Amino acid sequence: MKDFAALFTAVDQTTKTTVKTKALAQFFETASDKDKLWTIALFSGRRPKRAVTTTQLREWAAERAGIPLWLLEESYPIVGDLAETIALVLPPAEAETDKPLAHWIEHLRALAPLEIEERRTRIVAAWDQLDATERFLFNKLLTGGWRIGVSRKLMTRALAQATGQDEAALALKLMGGWTPDGVTYRSLIEEHDPQADLSRPYPFYLAHQLDDPPESLGTSKDWNAEWKWDGIRGQLVVRGGDHHVWSRGEELMTDRFPEFARTRDFLPDGTVIDGEIAAWDAEAAMPMPFAMLQQRIGRKTVPKKLLAEARVLMLGYDLLEQGGEDLRPLPFAERRARLDTLIGTLPEDAPLRRSPLIDFADWDVLARQRATAREFRAEGVMLKRKDSPYLSGRKKGDWWKWKLDPLVIDAVMIYAQQGAGRRANLFTDFTFAVWDGDALVPFTKAYSGLTDDEFRKITAWVRKNTVERYGPVRQVKPTHVFEIAFEGIQASPRHKSGVALRFPRMSRWRHDKPKEEANTLADLKEMLAAYG
Amino acid sequence: MSDPVLTFTDRGIYCPAGDFFVDPWRPVDRALITHGHADHARAGHSRYLATEAAGPVMRYRLGEIDLDTIRYGERRRIGGANVSFHPAGHIPGSAQIRIEVGGEVWVVSGDYKTEADGFCEDFEPVMCHSFISECTFGLPVFTWESQASVAAEINDWWARNAAEGRASILGAYSLGKAQRLLALVDEGIGPILTHGAVEGTNGILRAQGYRLPETRQVLPDTDAKSFAGPLVLAPPSALGTPWARRFGASSSAFASGWMRLRGVRRRRSGDRGFVMSDHADWNGLIGAIRETGAENIYVTHGYTDIFAKWLNSEGWNAQVVPTEFGTDEDDDVVTDAA
Repeated sequence: MKDFAALFTAVDQTTKTTVKTKALAQFFETASDKDKLWTIALFSGRRPKRAVTTTQLREWAAERAGIPLWLLEESYPIVGDLAETIALVLPPAEAETDKPLAHWIEHLRALAPLEIEERRTRIVAAWDQLDATERFLFNKLLTGGWRIGVSRKLMTRALAQATGQDEAALALKLMGGWTPDGVTYRSLIEEHDPQADLSRPYPFYLAHQLDDPPESLGTSKDWNAEWKWDGIRGQLVVRGGDHHVWSRGEELMTDRFPEFARTRDFLPDGTVIDGEIAAWDAEAAMPMPFAMLQQRIGRKTVPKKLLAEARVLMLGYDLLEQGGEDLRPLPFAERRARLDTLIGTLPEDAPLRRSPLIDFADWDVLARQRATAREFRAEGVMLKRKDSPYLSGRKKGDWWKWKLDPLVIDAVMIYAQQGAGRRANLFTDFTFAVWDGDALVPFTKAYSGLTDDEFRKITAWVRKNTVERYGPVRQVKPTHVFEIAFEGIQASPRHKSGVALRFPRMSRWRHDKPKEEANTLADLKEMLAAYG
Repeated sequence: MSDPVLTFTDRGIYCPAGDFFVDPWRPVDRALITHGHADHARAGHSRYLATEAAGPVMRYRLGEIDLDTIRYGERRRIGGANVSFHPAGHIPGSAQIRIEVGGEVWVVSGDYKTEADGFCEDFEPVMCHSFISECTFGLPVFTWESQASVAAEINDWWARNAAEGRASILGAYSLGKAQRLLALVDEGIGPILTHGAVEGTNGILRAQGYRLPETRQVLPDTDAKSFAGPLVLAPPSALGTPWARRFGASSSAFASGWMRLRGVRRRRSGDRGFVMSDHADWNGLIGAIRETGAENIYVTHGYTDIFAKWLNSEGWNAQVVPTEFGTDEDDDVVTDAA
């Protein structure tokens, strides 16, 4: 696996995507078909099944390293990655080998049927013949969570460079539910059979955030607008008499949302719709808060009660395929008109309805409409150029999300915890509180929004101003006020404050505000009443 | 029962028998200083005592101070205490301070490194009853490769950059780490340039007889692009600034013990991270503690809670002592980029 380790090192050492792409392309040019297939699989989120629990791994690693288990456990949050922690504590390898990536993947796939003692022997044996980087990668394969700075898009681009194939065509081949067991490198990449996988969705087209005023987009006449819903972006694929529901993360969610089985009654074969999956409040005729949908996402099989309480449907945005024909090159306005014709006349209780277009005469009118988004449980509006094709990935220019400004509240920091991974050693995870009389009531955590420099400053401050430690959590002297920005607020009996925020983050360090001037629980309750 | 040899006060580590402090962080009358880094050698004390080798840098950094110096191994009587300074292997002139009162021996480690680096004075274990030890890297994930293998990595990186027409900008602390790196790189690869902060210390150490390769300070009027494949040594804070962009195409790197962690390596967003520290690694700390023969271990800065817990589980009598060290300009990830 030395070539794969060298690839990882090359990619990990740089932040430049061109350098990463080149290193990956070189790997694709020289590696064996089996290694290539696994590399594609790994970088598109497909992992070998877990053969051991992380608890077992920790125990075995601690024993091999000759340290007590608690010491490994204490080191883990500081390193921030279990695979890395184990690779770092193990003694230097006793022997050296250079077996290919596919060999080690087979090695760990062969573990599943074995007795636990035998699994342990084989894993320790692997550690004893891998160098530090190889060990880290081997552990990553064992523990899952394969995030090493190479996006699927970058991998696809490198593969396109190495094979001379078109990037978009390759991206389509890599979509869907294939596994390295069911295909070969040849059948997946080299053979041209667009019908090979009827369930395959199209690569999603993603919008950029609009930061400039909409006037920067030119005349409003060229644009369509619709609500930006707070659900899960998905594709409904109906082909070969079957239906498949994909999330934007390319997770197959068909079984989680049995509601969509009915769509086969309405939609002909060869139909693909892009839309937002949302839990639907039929009475109010708007989506339910995201928390309701979240309950559904969490469950592979849905209890009847929940199915009734949080009925799911898709708000259709776009028609990508009709009669088996790929419509993506057509202008959005044309696709949208076809979508309206196709699903505009479905019964009221169908699990599919149009996401309405917003009427607007000019940008000012739209700006006023946008300001009312929260009343419809929307996050803002989407702007789509009428003549835009359906591209793949996040591309600037034709599609924009124009979100509402977030809600904000000024809060006092009361607890701090060190981050993990890239942020190990910095205090980055904070708990914030608002005033309830003389008491500070915690109401949210936040991890992001500060600059690296601010994180360093607050870390130095936390170290000197810790009042009490509870394991990794430090209670700090209430001193600093931060503006917390968030997208939504809901009642939550599980939280002391009675509210839960959506996407909270630190938007500003209020050096100008003493802690006494932070907001109160009453302010928070007022926001709940207005927007909950 | 008599007073302990050393006590821990809000001004620092104090010796009642000798009425002096070791590396105090608030102004005191008499301060014994282990080494010249800013968190150990602070301004404002009335009288200082440090090794002869540490003296020039302390004067350079602290200006006019009342400084008395002492040779390594030399014994001196201060009040009721016998004191001596012994090499700590951290940076040139760095010392552990041995303090004996009525036959009981305590040693304050200051910062230390057990591997000989061929540049500063080699660490010497000192037998004692009680040992006050740093533990900056007191976790088993921190183990260092030999200096020779890290030197080879650095030279490879520099040589490759030079061959491809790039400058190699290496971020390292201006006192200690920078000079250690200068002493181990292969001068044959190309010219070596320095930032003013590094060159200032270079001059002082050269005058003391420490051997360093030829370096050239980058001045405001220096044509930084006129050198072929140079190695540029600069404080970490200079990386990514307009100063660093003067060299044109370049590759940047840091050398620090924290580079052992992938997360930190990536956060620093240099192109490379070399794992090289002037502090002892996990095995170095344990080896040093064993060699003192001490029963009582006081751990000061670093992963103190975890390290003390481990020492206790292994039969030592270990305690955590809160100090204000550890905002060390060498090897502290929090402050070093500021």
